[in-house]
Amino acid sequence: MNDNTPPHFSLQALRDGDRTEFARLVDAYSGPIYRLALRMLNHPQDAEDVLQNTFLSALLHIKDFEGRASFSTWLYRIATNEALMLMRKKRPEVSLGDQVEDPEDEDLTPSWIVDWSALPEAELLSDETRAQLDRAMRALPETLRTVFILRDVEGLSIAETGQVLGLTETNVKTRLLRARLRIRESLSEYFSERLTKEN
Amino acid sequence: MPAPHTHSQECEKLLSGLSDYVDGALRETLCREIEKHLSECENCRVVVDTMKKTVYLVHASEDPNLPAPEDVRERLFKHLNLEDYWQKSG
Repeated sequence: MNDNTPPHFSLQALRDGDRTEFARLVDAYSGPIYRLALRMLNHPQDAEDVLQNTFLSALLHIKDFEGRASFSTWLYRIATNEALMLMRKKRPEVSLGDQVEDPEDEDLTPSWIVDWSALPEAELLSDETRAQLDRAMRALPETLRTVFILRDVEGLSIAETGQVLGLTETNVKTRLLRARLRIRESLSEYFSERLTKEN
Repeated sequence: MPAPHTHSQECEKLLSGLSDYVDGALRETLCREIEKHLSECENCRVVVDTMKKTVYLVHASEDPNLPAPEDVRERLFKHLNLEDYWQKSG
């Protein structure tokens, strides 16, 4: 979550089956979890299934949660696993290829060197730009997209993103850099065309 | 077509530390090296500026406090047998 002051929940109350406390937890995190699932799956019904399964799983496994990670990290981990399982169930032929789609030796050299950073705020934040950003995110391979969503969209730290995905911080940073470079390339190509049209 | 970009070893070094630099998480000595390189390499300056803006746009395009849609929340609370606790957001 991008919230600077995360809400506090009593682990003991949750373990004791306190429904009021669990309802508070659901209320606080249903937004971020739904958004994460929707970003990962691009399908509202699937995102809703992931949302429901995440909190059902949390309810079932709260006794196993030791409190070493934050509640948000724990819930993000459950949701990410649910989303990945659903993704692979629906597209088993894609899952393996997706894992190796982004080889370590991929050339990261930027191709588009166009300075669009000083464009007016209204243009940078237009609906059209947001749509382009969405397309660029959707085009990322799953391994990069999930890291990018957790870190840059949901605002988790590098360490938290690693905890959610079971990755080392170095791996998170490598994937994040690749994801950001791809998104930057996509936006640069998009703005380059716009700047050409204007001139 | 993309503009041609001549790439030196210094450019490669900048690229590998780019994310950390943009996040302000790079050690000071490396920061200084990068800033020295940026003052001499226009292409890398453009890459850094547009990368910073890319990350900014992602943050600015998302509302971190946006709740799940009302009907989705309502069905979630029902699914978890928490109907008594469901309230419209906002």
